[in-house]
Amino acid sequence: MRNIADDRVHLTREHAVELLRQMTRVRRFEEKCAELYTQEKIRGFLHLYIGEEANAVGVISTLTGDEAIVATYREHGHALVRGLPMNEVMAEMFGKAVGSSRGRGGSMHIFSAHHRFFGGNAIVAGGLPLAVGLALADKMLGIERATCCFFGEGAAAEGEFHESLNLAALWHLPVLFVCENNFYAMGTALARSQSNPSISARAAVYGIASEAVDGMNVVDVEAAARRAVHAVRRGEGPRFIETKTYRFRAHSMFDPDLYREKAEIETWKKRDPMVLFADWALSAALLNLDDREAIEADVAQEIEAAVAFAEAADFEPVEDLMKDVVSPPSEYIR
Amino acid sequence: MTNSRLTYREAVREALREALARDKRVFLMGEDVNRYGGAYACSLGLPAEFGDERVRDAPLSESAFVGAGIGAALGGMRPIVEIMTINFSLLALDQIVNSAATLRHMSGGQFSVPIVIRMATGAGRQLAAQHSHSLEGWYGHIPGIRVLAPATVADARRMLWPALEDPDPVIIMEHATLYNDEDELPADGDMSVDITKAATRRQGSDVTVIAHSACVKKALNAAEMLVGEGIDCEVIDLRILRPLDDETIIASVRKTHRAVVVDEAWRSGSLAAEISSRITEQAFYDLDAPVERVCGAEVPIPYPKHLEQAALPQPQSIAAAVRKAMRR
Ligand SMILES: Cc1ncc(C[n+]2csc(CCOP(=O)(O)OP(=O)(O)O)c2C)c(N)n1
Repeated sequence: MRNIADDRVHLTREHAVELLRQMTRVRRFEEKCAELYTQEKIRGFLHLYIGEEANAVGVISTLTGDEAIVATYREHGHALVRGLPMNEVMAEMFGKAVGSSRGRGGSMHIFSAHHRFFGGNAIVAGGLPLAVGLALADKMLGIERATCCFFGEGAAAEGEFHESLNLAALWHLPVLFVCENNFYAMGTALARSQSNPSISARAAVYGIASEAVDGMNVVDVEAAARRAVHAVRRGEGPRFIETKTYRFRAHSMFDPDLYREKAEIETWKKRDPMVLFADWALSAALLNLDDREAIEADVAQEIEAAVAFAEAADFEPVEDLMKDVVSPPSEYIR
Repeated sequence: MTNSRLTYREAVREALREALARDKRVFLMGEDVNRYGGAYACSLGLPAEFGDERVRDAPLSESAFVGAGIGAALGGMRPIVEIMTINFSLLALDQIVNSAATLRHMSGGQFSVPIVIRMATGAGRQLAAQHSHSLEGWYGHIPGIRVLAPATVADARRMLWPALEDPDPVIIMEHATLYNDEDELPADGDMSVDITKAATRRQGSDVTVIAHSACVKKALNAAEMLVGEGIDCEVIDLRILRPLDDETIIASVRKTHRAVVVDEAWRSGSLAAEISSRITEQAFYDLDAPVERVCGAEVPIPYPKHLEQAALPQPQSIAAAVRKAMRR
């Protein structure tokens, strides 16, 4: 177990393997999901995180297992890195009853109370006030830990973003805000939607210490997150990180991706976070080629098992449709 | 006169094109209406014709751009504000309810807010609870606004212009499962359409089935299923959810003596409840059976297809309610 009170990144071989393994899990899982979508096993909206893996992996590796995470509809990666079993996440994608939300949420609404993973919110900026509230509860209960909230740069235009940042700063709440700036909100480029393109500068006006980092470099992301989360835990109030990143795929499976140049996508792909990190770790002799192959082989097996698990699982019976709209009567009486 | 075949989506686009061409004060504003072409591709191609100013991308800030639309309407423009879906209109509810709907009356009649707000609504595409709301009834609750629900390609094509001519706020609800529907329409000529009356989509003598939006098709399907059983349904498409066209509804119930109200929304406090209540208020002694309702199950809409479909009105459940009203 690494020392969580230490705010530097210690790139041991073991840790490097873990970073690459997590990014690989997320990437291959989602590639599989895209394939399953075309086979109509997965339906509805499917928002892929491909290209952005370094953010979830870098940030979540700095959190303790009981520090809450609030994410968006682009959250498969966050759920997997947090430790939700891949079988259950895949089953959720299929809408099966053994899925992490009993199949009722699907791709956009992955939840796990056990992992303190509070979704999976499909309303842009909807998660920020929740994160503020989770942190408020911790503060009032005297529990010293951070709450981590992920969202896209599109959220920064919403009132809830500003209202939440103000509240967190005003009440000195232990929230780590992580804005994954992939430069597009659906088809709307940052420059077309934000008067000031620096999102981290917005946080600063609320008196929140903020920094922008290279979201394609997992080590940079982790280093920034480590500094920030320690400050949050020390009771220094909220912190804000803006990661500059890019989604390699369309916004969702419905998006024809007509609003950006192919050349732009290709340029960003040259900074693929998995490749960047793996190449660097190889050259620094932290990893060797066998490690990479072993990771790929393990991940392939994990995914194959998850698909088999999801395929074999049952759907929730229709008779259960009305179950859990409200708490069962016994709980209410108690 | 030539006919052209178009989809509901194309009908919306043609209506937008007509409005932008006819009146310089008209502009379209909303998230992803320009570069993306509209989340449902309704404005695809329009920026090239009308420019970025009049087909205006707004940031993710529903309250701000709807409020700005209201302000622009006060200031002499004729904005069409697109809210991507009804689910996100909740972030703009304050502006719609507290500003758009109140300003005329609250100012002693000094101000008009001639804004049109369009939004996609409804369930049926496996998008789970936060993307499947049918909250039209909420808007139908609010005095000061008009609420339209085009269920046909023709209405999608024709309702926008009269909505823009209305000096008060008009909300147009476009059910997301309708965009690919196709129909033949006259390519030119008089496009005007009445936005005060419901429409009888099927004449019948035994029972009146009242529906709107995507449920109209389901009601018509149910009516066809029941022909073989010797039940002749009249199907009314509400078209206008506020103010409700009581006259058409009551006249039909007086003729058939039975009514079934179909509404994709949740039953409690619903538009279906309102309609049922009006029928009992105005035609109680004409009824041969209690008014039946077929509504969405009172549950956040789940993702898996079988659960989602089980939560929504279906031709089978509508037919069952009709049989019940007929005591079959
Ligand atoms: C309040 C609200 N408005 C609109 C939408 C539709 N929508 C879903 S994702 C999205 C873009 C969000 O972009 P960003 O916050 O940058 O996150 P990204 O998708 O890039 O991860 C939009 C407009 C929504 N889900 N919620």
